[in-house]
Amino acid sequence: METETDIALEARALTCLRGRRLVFEGVDLALGAGGALVLTGPNGAGKSSLLRVLAGLIEPLAGEIRWRGTPVAGDREAYRARLAFLGHLDAVKPAATVRESLRFWADLSGGAAARVADALAALALEPLAEVRGAELSAGQKRRVALARLLVADRPLWLLDEPVTGLDAASVARLEAMIADHRAAGGLVIASTHGGLAIPDAVGLDIGRFQAEEAA
Amino acid sequence: MTAFLALLKRDVLLALRQSTDLGMILGFFVIAAALFPFGVGPNPEVLARLAPGITWVLALLAVMLSLDRLFQGDYEDGTLEQLALSPMPLSMLVLAKALAHWLTACVPLIAVAPLIALMLNLPAAGYGVLIAGLALGTPSLSLIGAVGAALALGARKAGLLVAVLVLPLYIPVLVFGVTAVDAHLTQIATGPHFLYLGAILAAAIPLAPWAAAAAIRHSVS
Repeated sequence: METETDIALEARALTCLRGRRLVFEGVDLALGAGGALVLTGPNGAGKSSLLRVLAGLIEPLAGEIRWRGTPVAGDREAYRARLAFLGHLDAVKPAATVRESLRFWADLSGGAAARVADALAALALEPLAEVRGAELSAGQKRRVALARLLVADRPLWLLDEPVTGLDAASVARLEAMIADHRAAGGLVIASTHGGLAIPDAVGLDIGRFQAEEAA
Repeated sequence: MTAFLALLKRDVLLALRQSTDLGMILGFFVIAAALFPFGVGPNPEVLARLAPGITWVLALLAVMLSLDRLFQGDYEDGTLEQLALSPMPLSMLVLAKALAHWLTACVPLIAVAPLIALMLNLPAAGYGVLIAGLALGTPSLSLIGAVGAALALGARKAGLLVAVLVLPLYIPVLVFGVTAVDAHLTQIATGPHFLYLGAILAAAIPLAPWAAAAAIRHSVS
């Protein structure tokens, strides 16, 4: 039974239906504290769908997600308080400054406002702190979205293509962020087409779980 | 509660920064009212008879035009999916957004309404009841509108869809808002009309955020 509790996040036989298409079926995964999982697979294989299922945005057709042995379906709000999700969209408001955006996410997630300064520093956003979202480039917006992960301070990070639009220096900062997060016992699940190095991460090729085409 | 207040504060702040939206809605309210003397003739008695109804109908239309900014921007830039992932119940966050919408769209309309009433020659005795009715009725418009705006997320021609969904649901508010003014001008008790407006609001506060939250969950899945 001791080994059971070492697994923080576990998913069993996840099956996802989008419209009338079965995106994947029978996905199993398990991740312990400090663990990292890298999702790979061709376009349309279901990397984003799997991350959205794990975040609770999409209800799986079948299967179950457990957090420390407890099914998350029983207490969605407690599970949401454990995860931070980075999707394709950056959630940066054109009329709000970078500092205001991060302050808002800190208040919304119950994180300490003091973390805003640390998050700005970790992604080298201090020079942009008073710049409005409308004036940021795509890569800069992505960095603000990554800073949101630090502000929220959640154990589980679900990252959908986190390196999109980032320059080499920012990718290095993200890799350092992920290493720190894991060293503190955090979990990371990231989808990528390459360009992101996560040491000793488990790989999962989502293409293997493609549903058989119905004849 | 921190999350509720943080979202309320942010939405009000962003609406004030994008005040051209508000200016256009107030402009619509005033210009549309100015069309009626051209359409029905400048006879002061006719306009006075129509004034409460015209003011209320235009207020409904102006509120409806302002609904697209309630969720659409947050939906397009990904904020809405982050809100859906907040541990705070989504219906509470919808309530915060509807309150912010009321403060930044409906309160300015209420402030401009006496000008419209003056243009349409509303008898002096009717102003107080008109404003009181708008103050009690427009929060329901924001809440019911939030359901329509949430249901229309992701649809093509969302603005038209919102109009078709929301305008029929606005009829009870319109009826009791207008009859309150008419009752007062004909010296009948206005109390029952206000009680009905209050009852609509009392039903909308728990039901509308719950329905809008369900529609938002569907739109971000």
